[in-house]
Amino acid sequence: MPSLAYTAPSSVEEAVRALAGASGLAKVLSGGTDLLVQLRSGRTTPSLIVDTKKIPGISGIREEDGGFVIGAATPGAVIGENQALARAWPGLVEAANLIGSTQVQGRASLAGNLCNASPAADSVPALIAARATCVIVGSNGKREVPVETICTGPGRTSLARDEFIIEFRLPKREPRSADAYLRFIPRTEMDIAVVGAAVNLTRDASGIITDARVVLGAVAPTAVIVADTAAPLTGRKLDDAALAALDKAARAACKPISDKRGTVEYRIKVAGVMTRRAAAIAYARAGERQ
Amino acid sequence: MSKHHVSTTINGEPTEFLCEPQLTLLDVLRDELRLTGSKEGCSSGDCGACSVTVDGRLVCSCLMLAVEAEGKSIETVEGMAKGHDLHPLQQKFLEHAALQCGFCTPGVLVASKALLDRNPDPTETEVRYWLAGNLCRCTGYDKIVRAVMDAAAEMRGASV
Repeated sequence: MPSLAYTAPSSVEEAVRALAGASGLAKVLSGGTDLLVQLRSGRTTPSLIVDTKKIPGISGIREEDGGFVIGAATPGAVIGENQALARAWPGLVEAANLIGSTQVQGRASLAGNLCNASPAADSVPALIAARATCVIVGSNGKREVPVETICTGPGRTSLARDEFIIEFRLPKREPRSADAYLRFIPRTEMDIAVVGAAVNLTRDASGIITDARVVLGAVAPTAVIVADTAAPLTGRKLDDAALAALDKAARAACKPISDKRGTVEYRIKVAGVMTRRAAAIAYARAGERQ
Repeated sequence: MSKHHVSTTINGEPTEFLCEPQLTLLDVLRDELRLTGSKEGCSSGDCGACSVTVDGRLVCSCLMLAVEAEGKSIETVEGMAKGHDLHPLQQKFLEHAALQCGFCTPGVLVASKALLDRNPDPTETEVRYWLAGNLCRCTGYDKIVRAVMDAAAEMRGASV
């Protein structure tokens, strides 16, 4: 094994300097539940690991300007225990908490789930549906971009080698808004999504949907925004016709592969079903917030 | 390869060790500190045989670098019994025969203790979901779940 170095900087500046100055491949460590598996298997052979967890603010959740800020390295278990976050963003919390076991939840982070760039990452469709942004730091300073701009393909991100995510920002919640995330796996726990569907919507007092965003996971090289969501959902109630239109739009957005978890045809069919069910849950949740 | 000096607390005891950066906490627990209760099953975070708690949070010690233990408080299965007095979970695992080969047992015990520490009165469903990351190929899980439920009852003072 080539020589590996480890550093746990206590500031953003120090971490960026370490990444920028690395001679070979440098990997950013937050929870490590993907990185350590890849190190062990030899899939990645970095010369430097930069552990971000000693950077102030990188772990934890705070409310700001009516929205939420989630530190990049916040473990899933901490996300699941935050009741205010679960009230505002139940879909995001259920997506984050579907990742792995109790043990994995003790470590696994949103930044890791995103930057590992698996097409089947559970929290990513929910973050995108929520219109979350991520704050990225690097040698050129700080930038804030939508989550959907990070993954460019399986295992690939748009981050420069000296950049990493420090936090996620969730917008202020409008009244009568809610989200939901559903994952299809052949059992109830401990598996990787065949299809994941996230729906985030807002309805008015009469039940008319005024805004919606629908995102699918595991049906394309990256999470996909169901492009014409506005057309099937916005401006109507979630009746049978709306659900049928949503099902059709979801199926049209899929570009899946066939693998051991499901065929192309199966994934497309299931994507329609999961999207309808997630929409029904989000709609009901939003309705409880009159 | 440079070694890191790590100061940590394991089962309440201040502990120091030297380690290379690629070693996992499990590697150091077993090979350096000779705490061989934590087992290496899969080394990929799927089986839970290496479960420990870090600052009270249940984790797989195979998915954590040993250097990350700096300043943390770690609890392993070796810390559960007090001298010759078994923890109620350990006692109930014996009474219910909740183990056969025993390889998964330390991880199941640590995980179960972490559950009961935060939820003294779990439902069977809660026990099963909490332990979903602890694989057992012998028992079929029923005896494990019954032992955990019985231990929880005893610890609440509700058993006869």
